[in-house]
Amino acid sequence: MRTRTFLVLAVGVGLLIFGASRFVHNEYYFFASYVVLQYVVLATAWNILGGYTGYVNFGTAAFFALGAYSTVAINKLYPIPIPALMIVGGAVSGIVGLGMGYLTLRLRGAFFSIATLALAVVLQTLITNWDYVGGSRGAYTIPPMKVPLIGPYIEYLFVIMLGLAVIAVVIARAIEHSRLGFGFATIRDDELAAEASGVPTLRLKLIATSLSGALMGMAGAPLPYYVTYLDPASGFSLAYAVNSIAMPLIGGTTVWLGPVIGALFLGTIQQVATVTISSALNLLIVGLLLVGFVIVAPNGIVGLVQARLRRRGQP
Amino acid sequence: MSAPLLRVEDLSKRFGGFVALDTINLQVQTGERVGLIGPNGSGKSTLVNCLCGVLRPETGKVHFDGKPIEALPPHARTRLGIARSFQLPRPFASLSVADNLRVPLLYTVNARPGPPLAPEQLDARCAELLQLVGLADKATHLPRDLTQVEMRKLELARAMAAEPKLLIADEAMAGLSHAEVDDILALLIRLNEAGITIVLIEHIMRAVMGFSQRLIVLVAGRKIADGDPQEVVRNPEVERAYLGE
Repeated sequence: MRTRTFLVLAVGVGLLIFGASRFVHNEYYFFASYVVLQYVVLATAWNILGGYTGYVNFGTAAFFALGAYSTVAINKLYPIPIPALMIVGGAVSGIVGLGMGYLTLRLRGAFFSIATLALAVVLQTLITNWDYVGGSRGAYTIPPMKVPLIGPYIEYLFVIMLGLAVIAVVIARAIEHSRLGFGFATIRDDELAAEASGVPTLRLKLIATSLSGALMGMAGAPLPYYVTYLDPASGFSLAYAVNSIAMPLIGGTTVWLGPVIGALFLGTIQQVATVTISSALNLLIVGLLLVGFVIVAPNGIVGLVQARLRRRGQP
Repeated sequence: MSAPLLRVEDLSKRFGGFVALDTINLQVQTGERVGLIGPNGSGKSTLVNCLCGVLRPETGKVHFDGKPIEALPPHARTRLGIARSFQLPRPFASLSVADNLRVPLLYTVNARPGPPLAPEQLDARCAELLQLVGLADKATHLPRDLTQVEMRKLELARAMAAEPKLLIADEAMAGLSHAEVDDILALLIRLNEAGITIVLIEHIMRAVMGFSQRLIVLVAGRKIADGDPQEVVRNPEVERAYLGE
């Protein structure tokens, strides 16, 4: 399938979901699906670096929170519409991703992961001590009640996140089927052999960190409007990092569908568990599922299905 | 005589206090078949890594095709025309055999000036290379399905896919049977006849002697002989290095 065909298809699915949401009048469903869609974006973004090039990023929360805090900072300066805020948040996180990549990509394996975790801690400390965006007290963002044409504000946020999810998935799939995707795969497999085949590994890894960071920042930009009160501890919550790693791993890391399935599956379970059992149970569920999948299906749900199809194909 | 394709001047590389390469000087002419031998640990692979940019030598100059290359990263050297095969095959494990060859085509051949290869041309080129090394029926397999010999053929094919001017084959034949060695030798000689300069690093003396027009011997990081293969192997210093006093 060509990228353009897929784009049309993805936009079609997005419109279909949007159309279906017009018949939903309970605002809770919008609040819940916003979070699930946000995780579709975060998991897909994480997978561009972690799944395609094999560099495990523990700093998702940092990029995500940077996007959110860009919104807080800009709104204090001069309020602009959310789509514009997402572009700014994406740019800020993308640039930080580039910088982080430049500093840390010479590290491999666990050392790179530790460096990304350290980045999250450093950024959280900086934000906590930056009074302009509220410091440790946090910052309030009061959204308007309604948006023309769409209705309640949460529905507007839902539509925006839906749009971003479509964009993220289309980008991920386009990468997979491009020269860039081949380059990423060679980095994951063997960097030395990749360089020997002419692949400029450092440049490709920088593209991956920037793109991945930018998408995470874009996902974070509407957060202040969603939570209305944002403080560093919740913005930089480790849950974002853990979830955005667990979702691709559970779904499957080598194809775009993996993080999408993982995010829909895990995100929905978490939302259901939050209202039916307890809101503290979320990470426990993630942990248990992750352990289960690592044992039963190390290549994720997608890997499991692929293996089954292959077995059926062979007599 | 025209300018050499590869010129190495006073190249030295040390790891801590250990001198792996000690002021190496050598030249390779365009179209030549050069053998590089030496006992284990004599610095052959270190030299290859310095030429390909994986390691940075402390001192010395490397000129390739008239340009200084010592500051270039490995991928830039590959694009200039130095291709290598690894001593232990390092295929891209998650890509099919054909896709393994597609990587250098996309990133080296298509990165050079001139019109890039179209997708159909890429497919054709992959098929052609697989035919050449006898892996055509394995095109869609993953590297883990290949035997050791096939893996080495893939390694060579991937180096060839980059359309190099200079091919450095680092022990491409270690562990292969007599007939398989002949197979690979014939392939290398065909490549050389097609205009590719080849440096062969090898322990199998039969292969080196049959292949090389010139032989370079490294011992303990120093070049101790360089010249006609027959004369070099009769050199007392070389005999001493290999056989002891």
